[in-house]
Amino acid sequence: MNPSYRSLRVWQRNRDVFFKLWRSEVPGFFAEPILILLAMGFGLGTYVALDEGQRYIEFIAPGIIAAYAMFSASFECTYGSFIRMKYQKTYDSIIATPLSIDDVSAGEIFWGTTRSILTACVILVIIAAFGLVESPWALLVIPLAALAGLMFSSIALFFTSVVPAIYSFNYYYTLFITPMFFLGDVFFPVDTLPPVLQHIAWIAPLTPVANLMRSVVTGSPGEGAWWGLGVIAGYIAVFFPLSLLMMKRRLLR
Amino acid sequence: MSVIQIRGVVKRFGPITAVDGVDLDVGYGECFGLLGPNGAGKTSLVRMITGVSPIGEGSIRVDGKDVTQEPRQIKSSLGVVPQEDNLDPDLNVLENLVTFARYFDIPRAEAKRRAMANLQLFELQDRQRAKIEELSGGMKRRLLIARALTNQPKLLILDEPTVGLDPQTKHLVWRKLRSLKAQGATLLLCTQNMDEASFLCDRLAVMNEGRIIALDSPQELIKKYGGSQIMEVRLRSDERRDLVLLKLSEQSLQWQEIEDTLYIFQGDGQVLDQDLLGELVIMNQHAPTLEDVFLKLTGRSLKEQ
Ligand SMILES: Nc1ncnc2c1ncn2[C@@H]1O[C@H](COP(=O)(O)OP(=O)(O)OP(=O)(O)O)[C@@H](O)[C@H]1O
Ligand SMILES: [Mg+2]
Repeated sequence: MNPSYRSLRVWQRNRDVFFKLWRSEVPGFFAEPILILLAMGFGLGTYVALDEGQRYIEFIAPGIIAAYAMFSASFECTYGSFIRMKYQKTYDSIIATPLSIDDVSAGEIFWGTTRSILTACVILVIIAAFGLVESPWALLVIPLAALAGLMFSSIALFFTSVVPAIYSFNYYYTLFITPMFFLGDVFFPVDTLPPVLQHIAWIAPLTPVANLMRSVVTGSPGEGAWWGLGVIAGYIAVFFPLSLLMMKRRLLR
Repeated sequence: MSVIQIRGVVKRFGPITAVDGVDLDVGYGECFGLLGPNGAGKTSLVRMITGVSPIGEGSIRVDGKDVTQEPRQIKSSLGVVPQEDNLDPDLNVLENLVTFARYFDIPRAEAKRRAMANLQLFELQDRQRAKIEELSGGMKRRLLIARALTNQPKLLILDEPTVGLDPQTKHLVWRKLRSLKAQGATLLLCTQNMDEASFLCDRLAVMNEGRIIALDSPQELIKKYGGSQIMEVRLRSDERRDLVLLKLSEQSLQWQEIEDTLYIFQGDGQVLDQDLLGELVIMNQHAPTLEDVFLKLTGRSLKEQ
């Protein structure tokens, strides 16, 4: 496994295409988190009382950043990568140039990471406009989004490297991504879950991200911060090399 | 020394042996053709040469470098036209070429300059803003060849470059390939098109079932395997088929049977006797061509493929 600086070329290719087509993709992508923030925060939030007198919208705003950072990276490195690999033969054309399969995979992951960062930045600006950001520590959302993006892109690309068909991604979303979205510290604290689920939730990739996002946005890092960073680093350490390896297996014929 | 040096190469896909022990040398400045029926293993061989497919057994050197050891160096000096179109549908015509150049670390201004020159070369300059999906099949094919020239390769590997091109465009492409060769480029060409093979290639290898079964210049191949005349005949009566075939063998005439047509290869001074002629309806008689050689060596006609 040895991705080189040339993975930047793949990143640049994806960036160019994204900024060419952003009008067709981006507005929808940002409308959704805003909608959820408004409906849940202002709507449902009126009926929710939190412990320390925190408003519900303040609670979910950082969770929404985490969740949509997850979605951005995941869509990019599942459907996006699969379409480029299988239907558009983009990878085939690139690996005939000086780029290796590792460069392509790493470039895809770095681009997925970038999508997470872009999404997090936009939502951060929006929630700041709503007056929901209390601390300059909130700028740490950006490096956190980068870590989250790297983790979710790696996991997603690993899945892409093993699925037989594009329909298989349904499983990825219904069994992995969506449960995390609902149970992973986005809409309510994990410690309100039954104990068994709590254990699962704390090792699920989204929970530490949501938790860390919340602590930097509200400026009060909890004791779980180091544990959370450790979980994220662990996922990256496993899935980044694994996705490169499996991609190579899949594409080398 | 040769540009491409292939020694004992084998490639298997599960139970299928796509390439079955190939040795081959392609010299500098040569146009070398790979001819063979569908599934003969041409694409499999070429994909190994271009470093995108692992070599099963044996070794391949390109310009003295081992393909498995130094794939990056080799890939950066090659031009490749794949059999399957893999243009980038998210980018327009010009962007396709400029983005491709970036994979080779060619600076942007230079990339643009080369892209425009190559588009002009293949008469696509009016389509530079077009989406890939808006191009006709032939235009895509031309763009694919134009793209392969991006890194100004000294060795061009083309897998059936003129499939689906109209006659004028085919000639345009042939002329361009010839002029590249005149400028010193080496060409390796897979083709099913006999005119293309005779027009462009200095030497041809005929592949069948993963092996090279004949290798020579087009003229020599015809001389060696074509005999002096080809007679295309049909049988007057199917019941006496066995008898006719027996008689042909007795007169040591070689033949190939394709569908309901019998191709009889007459050598120097060989004539069919009256008995035999009585059994046959002569459809056509002609001097041997490359197509007849192909037919004889691979036992299949091109029309059949
Ligand atoms: N990726 C693959 N997986 C399995 N079998 C393959 C693969 N690629 C090629 N083959 C098999 O290898 C054999 C040779 O195929 P190849 O594509 O090299 O032939 P070809 O000479 O290029 O044929 P054509 O003229 O149709 O392009 C065929 O039997 C084909 O089915
Ligand atoms: Mg082929």
